[in-house]
Amino acid sequence: MSITRRHMLLLLPAAAVAWKHVLAGTPESSPNYTMSQHWWSMLIDLPKCIGCGNCVRACQAENDVPDGFFRTWVERYHVSDYDIENPQVDSPDGGKKGFPPAKETSGKNFFVPKLCNHCADSPCTQVCPVGATFISPDGVVLIDKKYCLGCRYCVQACPYGCRFINPQSNTAEKCTLCYHRITKGLTTACCESCPTGARQLADLKNPNDPIHEFLKTHSVQVLKPYMATHSKVFYNGLDGSVR
Amino acid sequence: MQAFKDSGHLFRLAAVFVVGILLFVVLRSFLVPKSFGQYGHYRGDAMAEMAARPVNFAGHETCETCHAEVLDKKKDGKHAHVNCEACHGPLAKHADDPASVQPPKLDTAVLCVRCHEANAAKPKNFPQVASADHSSGLPCDTCHQPHSPAITNSAAGGAK
Repeated sequence: MSITRRHMLLLLPAAAVAWKHVLAGTPESSPNYTMSQHWWSMLIDLPKCIGCGNCVRACQAENDVPDGFFRTWVERYHVSDYDIENPQVDSPDGGKKGFPPAKETSGKNFFVPKLCNHCADSPCTQVCPVGATFISPDGVVLIDKKYCLGCRYCVQACPYGCRFINPQSNTAEKCTLCYHRITKGLTTACCESCPTGARQLADLKNPNDPIHEFLKTHSVQVLKPYMATHSKVFYNGLDGSVR
Repeated sequence: MQAFKDSGHLFRLAAVFVVGILLFVVLRSFLVPKSFGQYGHYRGDAMAEMAARPVNFAGHETCETCHAEVLDKKKDGKHAHVNCEACHGPLAKHADDPASVQPPKLDTAVLCVRCHEANAAKPKNFPQVASADHSSGLPCDTCHQPHSPAITNSAAGGAK
């Protein structure tokens, strides 16, 4: 028994057809939204944040985030005058119910809302073994729930602690930048409900977006710049003590 | 040719490999979703699936198409830039079916302090009160109209 040259030649076209089937994709489905025309980011204007927790509640209402887990949360920092290296940070229930009065009113006190930084070079997407998390062509780090194994690599890889495992689905979950809203021309739930405008969704590819003027005229920083993740969540007025 | 005398087993081995590879390619073509690899090493359809989810917050533009009179009330006040759903909560269902889904009545005693309760971490220029001292338990809308909260002579004492 052996495969002759003739048999081999007969099999090759079949293999070629199968391979073409593998490579074929489906065309983009949403007609009013072109992914390549957007590059989403967010601006957080810290001097405007009042720590009301509206963003946290809105996120949970919009995205069915389970209790005790957060796609966005608010931290309160207390930096004493003599120890700026070691700030005291608290975030009772993610700031969902607001904050109790500060124990110490001396020194520096301020709020820092946090969420997925939608890094352009994100560590979490690099470690996914199955291609379940990825950076979309419009710059949003997303998770494909159907592909996620729940292996938790990405949860460990995120330097900002923005991911968690959903206890119901056992898959990784995080801020999607309200992908179902921004693709419909709406802003995110957190930006929509922020009463002071401390959070603003921004499209870096839109030349008319006010973000460009803002970035030019303000001292803007990202979290953990030394991680070289090219975070796209920009913080205005970020204190050096923020981790 | 003496060296290739017993080469039959090599061809059999090669045949096993060819069949194995073919099987892999054919199975892969059925198991891997069509859109995988469309934009990168992930399923391209995943984005469309995520984008298809319904929204809960309608967005202030949607509110303003019907509630223009509230917009008028708000526009000169301090709350001009506070979106409707920041206080009223997610109301996309109400926007879809305004007749049957009514937004809940809000309690200003709970609502206002979320933002305006004094806290050392809040920006100094943000209006804050210690609610217990400020109103001695009265609901905020006894004096302030939430849509335009500054107290004027005409507004004082008028609820809603």
